[in-house]
Amino acid sequence: MNINAIIEGLPRFIDGVIITVTYAGGSLLIGFFMAIPVALMRSSRNRFFYWFSTGYVTFFRGTPLLAQLFLVYYGAGQFHHELDVIGLWDFFREPWFCAIFTLTLNTTAYTSEIWRGGLQAIPKAEIEAARACGLSDFQLLRHIMFPRALGIGWPAYTNEVVYQIQATSLVSVISVMDITGVARSIASRDFVYYEAFLFAAALYLLLVYGFIAFSRLVEKKLHRHLKDTTT
Amino acid sequence: MDPLSGYGWMLISGFGLTLGVAISSMIGAILIGLIAASIKFSRIKIVRLIVGLYTTVIRGVPELVLLLLVYYGLPTLIQDIAGNMGYQVRLNLNPFIAGIATLSFIYGAFACEALRSAYLAIPKGQHETIIAFGFSRLRGFVWIIAPQLLRYALPALGNVWLVLLKATALISIIQLPELMRMTDMAARATRQPFTFFLVACLAYLLVTLISMWGQKYLEQWASKGIVRGAV
Repeated sequence: MNINAIIEGLPRFIDGVIITVTYAGGSLLIGFFMAIPVALMRSSRNRFFYWFSTGYVTFFRGTPLLAQLFLVYYGAGQFHHELDVIGLWDFFREPWFCAIFTLTLNTTAYTSEIWRGGLQAIPKAEIEAARACGLSDFQLLRHIMFPRALGIGWPAYTNEVVYQIQATSLVSVISVMDITGVARSIASRDFVYYEAFLFAAALYLLLVYGFIAFSRLVEKKLHRHLKDTTT
Repeated sequence: MDPLSGYGWMLISGFGLTLGVAISSMIGAILIGLIAASIKFSRIKIVRLIVGLYTTVIRGVPELVLLLLVYYGLPTLIQDIAGNMGYQVRLNLNPFIAGIATLSFIYGAFACEALRSAYLAIPKGQHETIIAFGFSRLRGFVWIIAPQLLRYALPALGNVWLVLLKATALISIIQLPELMRMTDMAARATRQPFTFFLVACLAYLLVTLISMWGQKYLEQWASKGIVRGAV
């Protein structure tokens, strides 16, 4: 057991934690809002919107994230000239951009299903009551439906965040130095395989269960109007 | 003209290996899940604690980190321990075995939860009826409990299968020539990464869609004894 190599690598591991949190947090934040129009399109009666959003969600939920990451990162090279012409090549040749781009598209697909489930689970009477109070479409969504859907979908969204924290470990495959990336580099340089990966596992456990504890607090806040019925 | 420039056979052989790994791992996961779930009902506190720790850790650590830990970490750990006891061993894991073992171990934790909640969903009166009818415990389990376990656990086990199928892509990182690895090699050789990774994505998608369709039929078959609306 070689603990010194891990202690020496500690500053790099801390950088890795920052990268992991940034990539997971950034993609989740963008995905959280991008998922709303996708969820509305999935419930839309317009056939183009419906099929476009359904195709998108099915593709990103039905294929491995690693394959999506390779499709974007390596696949972009096949369209080098086209991307160059529209000025996007400088982004698509960067691992960080491809990583966040793919992670965002992926989490948007999963999150949109949570939004959709939450919106569909709202009792019809509540929507009718809001209409009877004279709320406009936008007011209805903004003040009644979104907060309610968020409350209903929160446990599922907690799972999605946990999944996303772990999913970011794949970006190490395209040479981003997140927790896993740092662990792989230290492991092979100093020949400390199980030490480095065990330490990385401990860091992920800390992040995941730290978030779960935080999420319980948020859940209480979301359900504060139901104090008597929930724990 | 062949759009895959003669590399189609590589993808097909990789696809076969992916299916083989996925099916073997699923069988392993169900076996581990069954054992872990029955231990969770055990009266001995310490074994319950160990299984609880197992499911907690698995949920918080990325699959990739666990895979790297098993494939690279485990042999070096064993070498270190043996070295301390004065033995010299060289150990290399086969990627096929390491991959199946890791995936079974990971998804065993999820299968355990699925089977445990399915077991809890079986009404208590059923167990009492088994005793009242003079069935032995084994006969009661095989003829009364197991079929219902299947019915209650199928939706959750179906999800485990879908996630596991996508997770097999990770084994490409330890050089097992499954679909992702073969696709990567073909993409490099032909310089058409987008085309090849898209084909790989569609192959995963196809299995996902067939599985979802199959799951629907399996669920109907497993609950054929249930009169709708009577439960």
